[in-house]
Amino acid sequence: MEDQEVIREFLVESYENLSSLDQKFVELEKHPKDAALLASIFRTIHTIKGTCGFLAFSTLEKITHQAESILSQLRDGERELSRPLVSLIFETVDAIRKVLASIEASGEEGPDRFENLTERLRAAAQLTAGSESKSRSDRAGSNQVDQQSDSRTESQDELHNNTTASELRPEEDGAKPSAVADANIRVGVGLLDKLMDLVGELVLTRNQILQFNAEREDAALNATSQRLNLITTELQEGVMKTRMQPIGMVWNKLPRVVRDIAVSLGKQIRLEMDGAETELDRTIIEAIKDPLVHLVRNSCDHGIEPPEVRVRAGKPPLGRLTLRAYHEGGQVNIEIGDDGAGVDLARVKQKAIENGLLRPEQAEKLSDREALNLIFLPGFSTAQTVTNVSGRGVGMDVVKSHIEKIGGVVDAFSRPGEGTTIKIKIPLTLAIIPGLVITSGGERFVIPQVSLLELIRLEGDSVEKHIEHVQGTPVYRRRGSLLPIAYLNQVLGLKSAEGAAAVSVVVLQAEDRQFGLVVDGINDTQEIVVKPLGKQLKGLTVYAGATIMGDGRVALILDVLGIGQRSGVIAEFREQTHAAVETKTRSGIEQQRLLLFRAGTFARLAVPLSLVARLEEFPQSAIEHAGGGPVVQYRNRILHLVPLRNVLEPGTPEPVQVPDPVQVVVLNDGDRSVGMVVDQILDVAEEAVTVRQKSSRKGLLGSAVVGKLVTDFVDLNDVIQGAAETWFQGTSGLANGKTILVAEASAFSRGLIRSGLDMAGYRVIEAANLSEAIGKLEQQPVDAVVAALDLPPTGTSALIAAMRLRPEWGAIPVLALAESVEQVRERTGDAADFHDCQVKFDREAMLASLARLASALTSSAAAPVRVGEALVGAELAGVELVSLEREW
Amino acid sequence: MATDSATLKSERAQTSGQFSTFFVADLFFGVDVLRVQELLRFQQMTRVPQAPEVIEGLINLRGQIVTAIDMRRRLRLPQRTGDRAPMNMVVRTDDGAVSLLVDEIGDVVDVDEATYERPPENLDPAARELIRGVYKLKDRLLLVLDTDRTVDLAAGRKA
Repeated sequence: MEDQEVIREFLVESYENLSSLDQKFVELEKHPKDAALLASIFRTIHTIKGTCGFLAFSTLEKITHQAESILSQLRDGERELSRPLVSLIFETVDAIRKVLASIEASGEEGPDRFENLTERLRAAAQLTAGSESKSRSDRAGSNQVDQQSDSRTESQDELHNNTTASELRPEEDGAKPSAVADANIRVGVGLLDKLMDLVGELVLTRNQILQFNAEREDAALNATSQRLNLITTELQEGVMKTRMQPIGMVWNKLPRVVRDIAVSLGKQIRLEMDGAETELDRTIIEAIKDPLVHLVRNSCDHGIEPPEVRVRAGKPPLGRLTLRAYHEGGQVNIEIGDDGAGVDLARVKQKAIENGLLRPEQAEKLSDREALNLIFLPGFSTAQTVTNVSGRGVGMDVVKSHIEKIGGVVDAFSRPGEGTTIKIKIPLTLAIIPGLVITSGGERFVIPQVSLLELIRLEGDSVEKHIEHVQGTPVYRRRGSLLPIAYLNQVLGLKSAEGAAAVSVVVLQAEDRQFGLVVDGINDTQEIVVKPLGKQLKGLTVYAGATIMGDGRVALILDVLGIGQRSGVIAEFREQTHAAVETKTRSGIEQQRLLLFRAGTFARLAVPLSLVARLEEFPQSAIEHAGGGPVVQYRNRILHLVPLRNVLEPGTPEPVQVPDPVQVVVLNDGDRSVGMVVDQILDVAEEAVTVRQKSSRKGLLGSAVVGKLVTDFVDLNDVIQGAAETWFQGTSGLANGKTILVAEASAFSRGLIRSGLDMAGYRVIEAANLSEAIGKLEQQPVDAVVAALDLPPTGTSALIAAMRLRPEWGAIPVLALAESVEQVRERTGDAADFHDCQVKFDREAMLASLARLASALTSSAAAPVRVGEALVGAELAGVELVSLEREW
Repeated sequence: MATDSATLKSERAQTSGQFSTFFVADLFFGVDVLRVQELLRFQQMTRVPQAPEVIEGLINLRGQIVTAIDMRRRLRLPQRTGDRAPMNMVVRTDDGAVSLLVDEIGDVVDVDEATYERPPENLDPAARELIRGVYKLKDRLLLVLDTDRTVDLAAGRKA
């Protein structure tokens, strides 16, 4: 037991010594002749050697012994400090750390004997010992520090070293550390945390006493409790301060990091640190450690150029890396700046395109600032080559997420040729945050104030009036735009008081989304002490932690993002790739009704229900053959049947057992119909479609998750082609032959829009973004444009502006498609921009609008659109059809 | 068999020989006294909606937030009847203190290592998973609760 204690002491001491060593070595490289510094380093190593000899750690002893030999030569001026030598010593320090870690973990030195290193150390030590002088002067001589003749390479007996050390002490930091040691004691973090908890408890007790005091009129009690109040507050502040640590704690190891990188990359870098004494809560210090190291590595690796490049650019060969920390407005700012080449934005864009994070057209439109922020995207690295320093795929995105996790922000600033600065803003402490206390279902919860936007109270009639439902989803009209609503009691499965007269809505922001959370009551705001939940509760994403309220009871802190995701107002999965540019991601907006069915080997297929006229069953006996395909007589017409199986899996043999009756999905438009033969109708689903994958298979648009199962979407275009002849024989095809340009980023959405237009007989060409759209317009005449409002890169207005520049395009009607009713409402005012706006996937409205637009624009550009004119539009649109029919 | 007795021995070596005991339904449990932080009367709980059902709630233990696990539900035993409030047995785990809600607290007992035995095979699986072994006391059997597994709800679900 006693031995354990000794070893622990040894470890603590050695670690401490080693951490100071790193800095001393870097210092030493600048002043290789600094005797005091050398002696101090020598003493550190010597102490470790001495102790491990005593504790019988032989490997450690061997390594330190050899290192000590070299150091003593250096100290005594027998040899010059060279870079290889410093690297060798650093390696030794690392080896010592490894052994110490092993001792800490297992009590033993571990299997690695570091023979190679010991051998090299010995060789290095003997290099001078052999070549220079073996003459060992007497001890008296050595005390004179006769640098030329005094050589103590091999024997470092205790007495000798003690005398040397004591002699050197006055002129180095010998006196200072002891003063520091007197003024400071080491306290375990556990103890501090416990003190903090106890103070919290004391605060609660104090609150109770104060309340108690208020109830009676006792002068003595009053005075005492006032005093208790003051002392408690002071104590609380004092204990909080003990948890603060200077950021220098983290910076300490950076000189070594910078030095190592500079050596390995052949660069010259000077590290300047300003504000190392800036204090932060220790949990935050812990959290920014890795990101900081990463940023510094990045600056050394990508930022600062090799000396020859710098000289060519007219800069001093020595690169400068600056670390700055300072308090500002209750936050801590940390800046990591270099005077290197700056971020090559062209390269960043190119890289983003290569990595599929960005489309080329999007890249063109990015501002410099946006382009610079691309470096924070996942899977991004501009390193030309992967070095062991940085550029291994874990990059700035990790830094960003780490910083954001502790409530901080990262920003990058860069000027070509002048350097890059990364600015981090973090809160002083995570332990105490302001929070809003609310109740739901009889329980109290706390919402972190950072996520809070506003509070809305709805009373009486206005409750029903203001919370409306869009396809079953509650929304609230907030200043003209729709805010999705979630009920906290439903999210958490709690019972709420029935028939409440008033409803409180807390408007929250998570990431870049906003939503309203309905709660039973809003209490007040408080500074709360955040405590983590036990691991049994870690899996619950709806909580960020817990806190203790004034009455001593525990209250849970809500995780706003988790609540949003759980309630469905924030999509849990987002398309990662375009997140940067399409910040307004769609969630729960591409909601539509789908018909689900099965055909052939495809267990789950879907088509938009809006395209389906009816579902029918026909007995096999009713099926006849005409025009080379199966047909049935249906409502006094001939309905062509297209077995979906043949479209999806052409060439597969017919099943032995022909189903009877056959299931037919009747797709129709006006007088034209086609029957799609499927194996089984499964269900009708109403779903926010999150597109997963585009399909290259004929007959399929792509796959998406519907009702938690992967579902393939049928490309009705291909189905219709199966019955093409009959389709175009239709008599009222008002749009036949008209060419529509569909401009929409999502291939999947494009496909759905296309099928709606195809069904109506339009000829459809597609474009995924602005430049593609312009290209398509240039290639062929287009009768109308259907464009998504969020058309990349900047929206429909850019397309319209581009079209206005060319007279022949100016007259082409543009129908904008919005993601939601909300958007339509918001944008109808912009009618000057486009000619009409409809909700995406509302096929009827889209077709009606197109017909209307055709009429309005061809008859009189300025005439207001009236419903009746749709008929005129139909006739006009039919002109081309007539000629087609003549040919027929 | 040789390895079996070796593991038996090592299992025994981990204990101090003294057990803090408690009752859950008609089962008599023991936890190594060194693992027990304190015993408390029933405390006000804060419910945790959406949490696994074995979690009764959170209690404030002098500023520390402690998760309370209902041992009846953990062992898949019928619910407590009557109005007797359960007791908190706060045990130390790698993840901080966790409170076990038990029916009644018993004495601290010394055990004779020779009376140790593996849990019988025919125990209910929910209980067997959490019981490290059995000491055959004079008048009854003392079931040694594996506190690490008890507080590890993920492991329980797997089994």
